[in-house]
Amino acid sequence: MKYMKQFCLIMFISFLGEVLHHYLPLPIPSSIYGLVILFVGLMTGVVKLSHVEETGRFLIEIMPLMFIPAAVGLLESWGIIAPIWIPIIGITLITTVIVMIVSGKVTQFVIRLENQEEKSFEAKGVEANE
Amino acid sequence: MSDLFVESVFFGVVLSLVAYEAGVQLKKRIDFILFNPLLLAIAITMVVLLACHVDYDTYYEGAKYLSYLLTPATVCLAIPLYEQMELLKGNWKAIVVGICTGVLTSLTSVLVFSVVAGLNHKQYVTMLPKSITTAIGMGVSEELGGYATITVAVIIITGLFGNMIAETICKVFRIEEPIAKGIAIGSSAHAMGTSKAMEMGEIEGAMSSLSIAVAGLLTVVGASLFSNFI
Repeated sequence: MKYMKQFCLIMFISFLGEVLHHYLPLPIPSSIYGLVILFVGLMTGVVKLSHVEETGRFLIEIMPLMFIPAAVGLLESWGIIAPIWIPIIGITLITTVIVMIVSGKVTQFVIRLENQEEKSFEAKGVEANE
Repeated sequence: MSDLFVESVFFGVVLSLVAYEAGVQLKKRIDFILFNPLLLAIAITMVVLLACHVDYDTYYEGAKYLSYLLTPATVCLAIPLYEQMELLKGNWKAIVVGICTGVLTSLTSVLVFSVVAGLNHKQYVTMLPKSITTAIGMGVSEELGGYATITVAVIIITGLFGNMIAETICKVFRIEEPIAKGIAIGSSAHAMGTSKAMEMGEIEGAMSSLSIAVAGLLTVVGASLFSNFI
């Protein structure tokens, strides 16, 4: 019964996401509403981890498979891109690399900066105690 | 034989799954950037469809059930996020700065390269939402007057490419903190990147999931500002 209940709850939250998407005039997809609903549910304890865990992990694990149909659809949309494919693909690839490097480096920089501050703060605390 | 394909609803799913498994096996034997399971699965599926003269609609008749699961699977990304809550609280500054930088870098770099390549306004706004999740990106493109179908294609290419290069980029550019890896992947390559981040680790996956939602929403606002620049 465990999997049935978990699957049922996950589908129900997906449906709630659709309801919000339908009624709220924001450019937010159902899946993101659903993610927020489940997150808030877990944080507030309304939803327990055991209510969604195994089925949730299964869905996350097979997630790469879910992108295959849309990507194979590139076969169909290729006709539209074909006339301008060089700049389009070029920009797509270059900017993806740039964004990955910059956001990763900046995040890492701030993390390490904060860790250092914490350490020096602790060190000062020790000195003061001595 | 093609009658069977037209009637079958399992053909598309089985083809996709077998192609992915073949991709995983190939990746095990040859560790090379192009031997990415997702890329191979897509390429194998395309080749089989073309070779057997099965059109996309026929394939999609079955394969749509895989796409259908994408919404519930995205909802479930809340699970790793919840489990990493302590880490998120402790590093919120770095996370916020990282995602904002990612969004700004994406919009700015698309602007710069669009100017360089001489794209017109319509082509430029088509490219603006390229790093965010399809459902939001398509809406942004339509809103700004872009070609939504090209936006979807560009988003998929971005995600696939991000999925392929994530490990190499992190290694070469020494992005070592799991949180930083997750933010880098999620804000550059949305959900397709996130599925790679999940394989790299729980923290990477959680941070990447968070980036999809936050970067997606920030891009909605950012792209409408940036759309005035060309």
